[in-house]
Amino acid sequence: MSDELTNSRLGEMAYDPAPESAAIARLKPSYGLFIDGEFTDPSSHAAFVTLNPANEEPLASVAQASSADVDQAVAAARRAYDTVWSKTTGAERSKYLFRIARLIQERSRELAVVETLDNGKPIRESRDIDIPLAAAHFFYYAGWADKLDYAGYGPDPKPLGVAGQIIPWNFPLLMAAWKLAPALAAGNTCVLKPAETTPLSALVLAEILQQAELPPGVVNIVTGDGTTGAALVDHPGVDKIAFTGSTEVGRRIQQRVATSHKHLTLELGGKGANIVFEDAPIDEMIEGIIDGIFFNQGHVCCAGSRLLVQESVADDVLRRLIRRVDQLRVGDPLDKNTDVGAINSAAQLARIKELTAYGEEEGATRYTSTCALPDKGYWFAPTVFADVAQSHRIAREEIFGPVLSVLTFRTPEEAVAKANNTNYGLACGVWSEKGSRTLWVAERLRAGVIWANTYNRFDPTSPFGGVRESGFGREGGRHGLEAYLNV
Amino acid sequence: MSEDRLDVRKTYKLLINGAFPRSESGRSYEVTTTKGEFVANVAQGSRKDVRDAVVAARAAQAKWWAQSAYGRGQVIYRLAEMAESRRDELAEHVRLCEGLSPKKAQARVSRAIDRVVWYAGWTDKIAQILGSSNPVAGPFFNFSVPVPSGVVGVVADQDSSLEAFVDAVLAPIAVGNTVVAIASEKRPTPAALLGEMTATSDFPGGVLNIVTGFTGEVAPTLAAHEDVDGIDLGGVDEDFANDLAHSAAGSIKRVLRPSPTDEASLRRLRAFVETSTVWHTIGQ
Repeated sequence: MSDELTNSRLGEMAYDPAPESAAIARLKPSYGLFIDGEFTDPSSHAAFVTLNPANEEPLASVAQASSADVDQAVAAARRAYDTVWSKTTGAERSKYLFRIARLIQERSRELAVVETLDNGKPIRESRDIDIPLAAAHFFYYAGWADKLDYAGYGPDPKPLGVAGQIIPWNFPLLMAAWKLAPALAAGNTCVLKPAETTPLSALVLAEILQQAELPPGVVNIVTGDGTTGAALVDHPGVDKIAFTGSTEVGRRIQQRVATSHKHLTLELGGKGANIVFEDAPIDEMIEGIIDGIFFNQGHVCCAGSRLLVQESVADDVLRRLIRRVDQLRVGDPLDKNTDVGAINSAAQLARIKELTAYGEEEGATRYTSTCALPDKGYWFAPTVFADVAQSHRIAREEIFGPVLSVLTFRTPEEAVAKANNTNYGLACGVWSEKGSRTLWVAERLRAGVIWANTYNRFDPTSPFGGVRESGFGREGGRHGLEAYLNV
Repeated sequence: MSEDRLDVRKTYKLLINGAFPRSESGRSYEVTTTKGEFVANVAQGSRKDVRDAVVAARAAQAKWWAQSAYGRGQVIYRLAEMAESRRDELAEHVRLCEGLSPKKAQARVSRAIDRVVWYAGWTDKIAQILGSSNPVAGPFFNFSVPVPSGVVGVVADQDSSLEAFVDAVLAPIAVGNTVVAIASEKRPTPAALLGEMTATSDFPGGVLNIVTGFTGEVAPTLAAHEDVDGIDLGGVDEDFANDLAHSAAGSIKRVLRPSPTDEASLRRLRAFVETSTVWHTIGQ
């Protein structure tokens, strides 16, 4: 790369604003719980406000479900299971799921804006990734509903019953789709608990379920905080808990479920290693590293948050990386040119600040993007730490933010040892033009997903999930059915 | 055993890392028949023995998994050969421990040996049954393969001294895990004999480790151990299993609470495998 290009300030080239209209979201002032096919007021009439993290403005008032409400929802799910859904043929279930997929596509622009408003993620990502993938998941599992005999679990595999599903705030609608689509295809009924800070797209999905004329009670959606989730986990009428979130909460859920007969799958945290060998394709690799950690503000359980670079190319990679980080456009999530949006909540921002402060304290070299940040809202500039040691907290703990820790290695053996030096095991990346080495490394990585010369790719046909303390069970693909079948 | 000579009796010891130590604690306990007649003094393993066994199992796991699936099948089949040639000894101990007629004991040994053969044949088929090629929407070759969870703890069935033990330890071993097993407390000698046979079956040291002793004393250490990836709670009652499952959750272990229908089943083979999915770009 010529010095002229390296030293030019491409970041100064300005884009005109290209905002998507917030009005497309058609948000209502308040939303009730979705139980037995109807929006209902919670028994206690309690509510909370969900904010737009990009400007801290309130978006809507959302019902806070109590344990009595969860009880209602589970009862509705049980009733629907016993009287309707367990008697609905696979072919009919299939057609309901196809309807839902189509309705998501029809309302995709609205859903993308809702998602971006509530979550803070760039509209480019919600429009091109979250919403299309959510529809694709329903499409994929729709086709399974009448083909379960062929899924490899013996003839006529049975559903589990009522599934309690607790999802995180980082991909609200997509996680709802990952949970609901396989559960419904397998013949279960569901009580879904969206994250406290991002309930809105699930409530739009509830409207879609009404439009699809899904029988009442087959899917119930209870909004609320951690107490709502705990009530669902502890409810004796639930046959299955599926949780996506932090390892800390997942551990507590596994402990609570241990003394029951509930089935459990967990998709938890990660500290993914993105391994760069000296022969890696340079431009794709830099983009892949950026995508690996700054996609969705780094609020990604499988984020490539530890970059392991072969020593011979480490200086060059770091220089190019920092130059690229400076070009990331941080700001209004509704702007179609935005690369990095808002941090989802004040609590998450505080967590990121705390851990990055440790990064400096423990002796890593910090580079922070020079981008301007908006005055209001929750923002964190893309940050890269070099000279990170394996013992540093920023190399061990999940930051769940736009923060990359860079470490180096000399040999493939050392890369594998460092990549596996974590209690997590969700995802890793390998960058090399040498296929035999890539597969050699992939065989040795203790991770559920390995991306070779790419990162953060998702597809409904591809099983996703972790090993070790990143959880167990798979979502996606034929394997994803196993989580909702009594096999 | 002729009547004019005094027979040479065996000391039943632990199996850790391919060696047969007495418990580091020096303790032993008396194993009797169901009628209370003396069978043997068996090593009473300690919590430290369990931890040593986990270290051995961890060290052996990568090596065991690095063997070809064909090779792992050969090793397990070799165990069936060894068991067949010593089947009378196994049957005698199954008879003593389980209080059976000689004929019934022989039948159980036959089933156990046939089950070893069944698992030997699985090693190079499981990837085709549980794996897949995934047609993702994009220029990627995407495939999923079953990989072992790692180190699996087995709290073996208390009643079925050999058959259930074979299921519990060979299902995870066949798919590439290494195992630390706590044998039936009152009926440990058939498991100990099977352990001896692994030493002449090309099992690398540490692939199967067996601790005899008091289940209530050593099982909690196994369930709580942070370097154990999964645990089979087949040999404890429901209340104790609940406690162990609770402590296993501390490190997000995979927990199998087998039912009787799980013997020689795909569910057992699936219990301690992980699905690893690789995406590789396709391009010119």
